[in-house]
Amino acid sequence: MTVVLFFLFGGLTLAGALGVVLARNPVHSALFLVLTLVSVAVLFLLQDAQLVAAVQIIVYAGAIVVLFLFVIMLLGVDRPDTFEEPLRFQRPVALSIGAIVLAEVLFLAGHRWATGARTARGVGVTGGAFGSNIQRVAHVLFTTFLWPFEITAVLLVIAVVGSVVLARRSGERPEPIDEPAP
Amino acid sequence: MIGSFHITPSYYLVLGAALFSIGAVGLLVRRNVIVMFMSIELMLNAVNLTFVAFAKALNDAAGQVLVFFTLVVAAAEVAVGLGIIVAIFRRRRAATADDLRVLEG
Repeated sequence: MTVVLFFLFGGLTLAGALGVVLARNPVHSALFLVLTLVSVAVLFLLQDAQLVAAVQIIVYAGAIVVLFLFVIMLLGVDRPDTFEEPLRFQRPVALSIGAIVLAEVLFLAGHRWATGARTARGVGVTGGAFGSNIQRVAHVLFTTFLWPFEITAVLLVIAVVGSVVLARRSGERPEPIDEPAP
Repeated sequence: MIGSFHITPSYYLVLGAALFSIGAVGLLVRRNVIVMFMSIELMLNAVNLTFVAFAKALNDAAGQVLVFFTLVVAAAEVAVGLGIIVAIFRRRRAATADDLRVLEG
């Protein structure tokens, strides 16, 4: 069962990724991206990462892809992309670089040191005294990774402020909001 | 036959490597900035898949926690990046990487 699910959703992941890269229409790329994200969420489920799978669907498929589609619709750039090459030899060079990257990562994945050693301490994915997946992740997140967790809050605030600054029309005063009559 | 065949973490690592390579090639080949962003998301997902595979292989929940940090960075990156794209499009009426040759305002 696990084998069938892995190959089914692994294949769907790669098919969706190829669709993102090859689709001419950006809207189709976004929909292929949803396929890839949901398939990766299923692969998370197969590896005892239930909370991460749920967050993957909620945040990625629910928020990020919607943001992509919103910008595509807002800008009206849903016309097909031209595949002409402005730079000579750009595509062969890109494909060979991709092949080199793939060979490198496969080479690293085949090595024994890349698979590491089993940790003796810490919270495991399965087994031990902890309960559900959410309890395990929360325990690690709010003890070992508490400081990085706080820093992500700062990062999100910076991103929100940056987005507001970028989206504001420069050189124009914001229009005053009319107070409703009491 | 199929009962004795197990999915080891190496399968997930290979899948993550393939996903990462597709994302890298997409980032290099495509001209549309929004599709280039989607390729970056593919690469981030490949890394997330690798994190979760290692969390399962090493039996350490820290790998799953790191996926959350990747998600936060991806969300922040998309928010700021799409803001930049909207700001560029407002001036240039085009959203391909070739139109962004000069760094004037």
